[in-house]
This record gives sequence, C-alpha cells and structure tokens, in this order.
Amino acid sequence: MRPEPQTTMPTDEFIKGLWRENPVFVQVLGMCPVLAVSNTAINALAMGLATTFVMLMSNLLVSTLRNHIPKQVRIATYILIIATFVTIVDYMIEAISLELHKSLGAFISLIVVNCLILGRAEAFASKHRVVDSVLDGLGMGVGFTLALLCLGAVREVLGDGALFGVALFPAGFEPWIVMILPSGGFFTLAAWLLVINYVQQRSAAARERAGELSR
Amino acid sequence: MNEQSLWSVFVNAALVNNFVLAYFLGICPFLGVSAKIGTATRMGGAVMFVMLVSSVCAFAIHHVLIFIGVPFLELIAFIAVIASTVQLVEMFIKKMSPALFRALGIFLPLITTNCAILGLALFQTNRGYGFLQAIVYALGAGAGFTLALILMAGIREKLELATLPDIVQGTASALIVAGILSLTFMGFAGLGA
Repeated sequence: MRPEPQTTMPTDEFIKGLWRENPVFVQVLGMCPVLAVSNTAINALAMGLATTFVMLMSNLLVSTLRNHIPKQVRIATYILIIATFVTIVDYMIEAISLELHKSLGAFISLIVVNCLILGRAEAFASKHRVVDSVLDGLGMGVGFTLALLCLGAVREVLGDGALFGVALFPAGFEPWIVMILPSGGFFTLAAWLLVINYVQQRSAAARERAGELSR
Repeated sequence: MNEQSLWSVFVNAALVNNFVLAYFLGICPFLGVSAKIGTATRMGGAVMFVMLVSSVCAFAIHHVLIFIGVPFLELIAFIAVIASTVQLVEMFIKKMSPALFRALGIFLPLITTNCAILGLALFQTNRGYGFLQAIVYALGAGAGFTLALILMAGIREKLELATLPDIVQGTASALIVAGILSLTFMGFAGLGA
C-alpha cells in the first residue's frame, strides 16, 4: 500500500479500483466467482453487485472498528464480519428473485471466501479512514463488476447468441457451446488478460520512447 | 436424504464434476502452487485432510443448527470450523516438516479462504448427503483437487522450457492450460450419473 494517504485525492481511492489496480485483470484475485458465474451477463451483474455490497459494508465496519480489534484475532474477526453480510445478501437475493438465487446457487455463500474482500479488509480498511475505506470498497467493487460483465458479455454473446437474454443474431447462428461450459470461462479470461497485457506493453513501450526523445 | 451410491458420489466429485475444472473452486491455489509437482502433491494432501475434517464437522453443525432452529448461522459456523482446522494443520506441518512449511508459504493459511473447502461443506448440505456419503464426497473432492493440481504442475514444468511470447507469460498461459484441461475433463461427463 502507498504510504501517503494525505497527498492523494479521495476520489483516487475510487478510481484506482476501476483500472490501475483492477481486482480481476491486474491483481488476479477472486477468480472462483469470476469464472463460475460469468456464463451470462445477468448472472455476472448480480454477482458483481452482491460482492460490491459485501465489500462496501465490510470495509465500512472494519475501518470503523479498526482501533478496537485486537491484532491477534483480526483475520477471524474480518471473516466473521464478512460472513454476516454475505448471509444478509444471500437472504436478500432469495427474497428479490428466486430464479436468480437458484442459478447463482452456492456461489453467493462463497462470497465469504472471495480473497478480494478479505484482502481489501486486511490491506486497506484496517489502516485507513472510514471515508477512504468506503470509497476503496466501492471502487474495487465496481471494478470487479465491470470485469465480471466483460467476461459474462463475451461468454453469453458467443455461447448463447444473446446479451441479457436478448437474441442478437439471426436464427442461423450456431452458438459456441464451449463458451458456456467451464472451459470457456478459462479461455475468455485468458483472452482478456492477453488483450490487457498487450495494451500495457504498448503503452510502456510508448512511454519509454517518449522518455528517450525528451532526453 | 440422497440415495446415490458411494462409488457414484466419489466418481462424481473427483472426475465428472471436478471441483477445480468444472466448479472453479480453489482456483487461487490451483494457479499459485502448481509450479512444481512435489509441492502440488503435498498441497493436495493438506487440502484433502482439511476437507475431510471440515466435512465431518459441517455434517454435525448442520444438524445441530437445524435442531436448535438457527439455520442462518450456518455460514458463519462453517467458516469458523474451517479456519480452526487449517490452524491445526498448519501447526502440525510446521512441527513435522519445516521444509514443506516453507515451500507452501502463504498458501497454507490461505486454505481457509480456499473456496473448495467451504464449497464442499455447502454442497454436501444442499444435496442432503448422509454421513458416509459426506465422507466419500470429501475424499473424492480432495482426490479430484489433487489430481488437477498434479496434472497442472506437470504441464507447467514442461512449459517452463518452452519459449513463449511476452504477453502470454504468467497467468494467461496458466489459464489457457487450465482451459484445455477442463475441456478434457468434459470427456468424463455421464460417467457417474
């Protein structure tokens, strides 16, 4: 973590989660839900929102209590806090849409063991002010949701010929079943990582050239 | 109560619905500890043991919580039990084999947040497995996890020697290999049904 929280704008804590420290594409954290529920865009969106809520609330609570939690039992405390909010989300989704609850299945409960949330609680919320922590949780959550949507959209369009359940192609389209299957998740994420690596290397090379010119 | 035969439960957990390659549970250690076959095998062993213990505990907890009428505490109780089991295994390995303890590094305490273990506890509860079925299910899931880890480690050891383009190195190449492995495991579909 950067040691100078005073010099950065509060909005920066929010922005960094979107791209520079994107939890999925850059930090490669929380892979299990990313791969498992990104077979359709709607599942991906629901999972992203649920995770964002849990991360926001747990960051808020951890940050508020950060001076009262004994150091030795902090991880266990964080897990209990997270598990509480996940239980709330689980019952909430079940109340809102039973169908969605069925298609996400055990993966809602598995938000508890999403390393991303515990990672933010330990690495950020336990050391920063409440406002910063909330913004951080929100930014990471939105970044996570965006990444999930990127995957879910690609997999649904190719594997089902639809987006958010709306058919995109004429009737002759042969869906790529493999994209809906588990292996499609691995391939799609690998493809996204390749694209992002490529973009980052290009921009790094461009910066280097610019540096040489200015010298 | 679920009436599946024990053998079919085992095959289902280990091959057909492999935890790593079909359910995407435990991807973090799968990508993190799969560089060397030796480490992968021992990691698999540790995960299998934690799975077995937490499966038995989860079975007991589920029935106790139902009995006293607070099923919403299930998740919290499960995760607390898993965390303590991992702590136990960690102390055991540290005492018995300090070298292995160092090799596993941060991934040992991270077994706590290994979704495969909590997933196992949740799935066996959802499907209403009996006591014996739960134990066999845990064994199968552990065996499947170890198998996937060892296969992956074997491929990655060979892949070290190949020259890859810059952008494919690291996580991207591991994910592509995992995708192909997952595709081959599709071949087991229908085996245990």
